[in-house]
Amino acid sequence: MIRALGWVLRRDLLLAFRRQGDVANALVFFVIVVSLFPLGVGPEASQLRNMAPGVLWVAALLACMLSLARLFAPDHQDGTLEQMLLAGEPLVILVMGKVISHWLVSGLPLVLMAPLLGLQFDLPRDALAVLCVSLLIGTPVLSLIGAVGAALTLGVRGSGLLVALLVLPLFVPVLIFGAGSVAATAAGTGAEAHLLLLGGFLTLAFVLAPWASAAALRIAME
Amino acid sequence: MTKSERFSWFHFSSPNTFYPLAGTLQPWFAAIAALLCVVGLYISFFVAPTDAQQGEAYRIIFIHVPAAWMSMFLYLVMGFWSGVGLVLNTRLASMVATALAPTGAWFTFIALWTGALWGKPTWGTWWVWDARLTSELILLFLYIGFMALQAAIDDPRRADKAGAVLALVGVINVPIIYFSVKWWSTLHQGASVSMKSAPSMATTMLIGMLIMALGFWMYSIAAVLARVRCVILERERHTEWVMKEVGGQA
Repeated sequence: MIRALGWVLRRDLLLAFRRQGDVANALVFFVIVVSLFPLGVGPEASQLRNMAPGVLWVAALLACMLSLARLFAPDHQDGTLEQMLLAGEPLVILVMGKVISHWLVSGLPLVLMAPLLGLQFDLPRDALAVLCVSLLIGTPVLSLIGAVGAALTLGVRGSGLLVALLVLPLFVPVLIFGAGSVAATAAGTGAEAHLLLLGGFLTLAFVLAPWASAAALRIAME
Repeated sequence: MTKSERFSWFHFSSPNTFYPLAGTLQPWFAAIAALLCVVGLYISFFVAPTDAQQGEAYRIIFIHVPAAWMSMFLYLVMGFWSGVGLVLNTRLASMVATALAPTGAWFTFIALWTGALWGKPTWGTWWVWDARLTSELILLFLYIGFMALQAAIDDPRRADKAGAVLALVGVINVPIIYFSVKWWSTLHQGASVSMKSAPSMATTMLIGMLIMALGFWMYSIAAVLARVRCVILERERHTEWVMKEVGGQA
C-alpha cells in the first residue's frame, strides 16, 4: 500500500514537473487576483490591512479550485484511471496519493507565496506567520474536498463551472476559520482556536474525503 | 412466487407498482395540504394578535419559519433517500431524492425571500450577514449544486449515484457550515440582531405556525409524489407498462 502511494506520488509529481506551465498558471492566477483588489478598492493601507486575510484566502480558494481540473481529467482521458481502478491496490490509497501530489503542486506554492502578497497588504509580521500556518493547514482540506467534486464531475458537460458550484459552498468553513485566524491575530485575540478547528477539518476531511472521491470515481467509470 | 402472497413494503419499491400508489395518495396529501394552509393562514392573518413590537409585519413569519424548517428538513430527507438509493441500489429511492431537490430549493428560496421582506420593516434592511441567513443561502447553493450535477449527467443511473454522493457529503457538511457561520457572525457583529431576546410567542401564534408547518409538510409530500411520477414516466418510457399507461403509441 505504501509502495502504491509512493508510486502515484512520484508519477504525478513527475508529470507536473514536466508540465511546469500548468503549475505556474495557478500560482500566477493567485498573484493576479490578489493584486487586483487594491486596484478595485483603493490603496488606503488601513483598509487593505483589514481586507487582506479575506482576499488572500478567497484567492487561494479560487486558485485551488481551478487546478482541480488537472486532478483526474488527464488520467481519465488517456485511460490511466481505468487501469488504477483495475489495479490490485485499494483505490482510496491511489486517490490519496493523487490528492497529496495535487496539494504539493498547487497548494504548497500558494502557502509559500502568501507572505509576500501579505506584505503588499501591509500585514504585521505575526499575522503573516499565522496566514502561512492557516494556509498550510487549510489548503490540504481544499484539495481533499475538491477531489470529491472533481471525481463527481469527471467527463461531464461543462465540468469546470459545475465543480465550482459543487465545491465552493463546501469550502465555506475553511474560508471562515482560515481568514478568521489571520483577522483574530491582527485584532490581538490569538488564533489558536481557529487553527485547531482548521486542524479538525483537516482530520475529518482526511478520513472521509478519499473514500467519497473513490466512490465517485467508481460511479464515474461504470 | 410464494412470497408475493405476503404483504411486503418492498412491493412498492419498484417504479411500476409505486406509480399508481403515488397517483392514489397524491390528491389526498394535496387536499390535506390545502386545508391546513387555509386554516393556518386564517389563524395567522385574522386570529393571531398583533405583535406589540413588530406590528402587523411579523405575520410573515407564519410562512417564513415553516419554509425555513422544511428547507432544512427536506435536505436531510434527500440525504436519507440518496443513502438508501446508494446502499440498496434501488432506483426509486434515487428518483425520490431527485424529486425532493426542487421542492427543497423552493422552500429555501421562499425562506430567504420572506426573510428579506420581514427584515426591511423590522431591521430596516433587506439583508444582514446573520448566521441563519447566511447558512440558509449556502443551503440554497447546495441544492442548486445537487440539481446542476444531476442535470449535467446524461446517464440517469450515474446521475442518481453521483447526486447521492454529493447529497451525503452535503449532509455531513450542513451542521459544520451552520456552526462555522454562526461563530463567524458572532465574531463579526454585535448582538444588534438577535432572535433570542424576542418575547416568547403567544399560543395562537405558535399554533398557527405549527399548522402552517404541517401544511407545508403535506404540500412537500404531494409535490414530491407528483414529481416522482413524472420522473418515473420519463425514466421508464421504454417499458411496456408505461406504454400502456400513457396510451401506447410506440
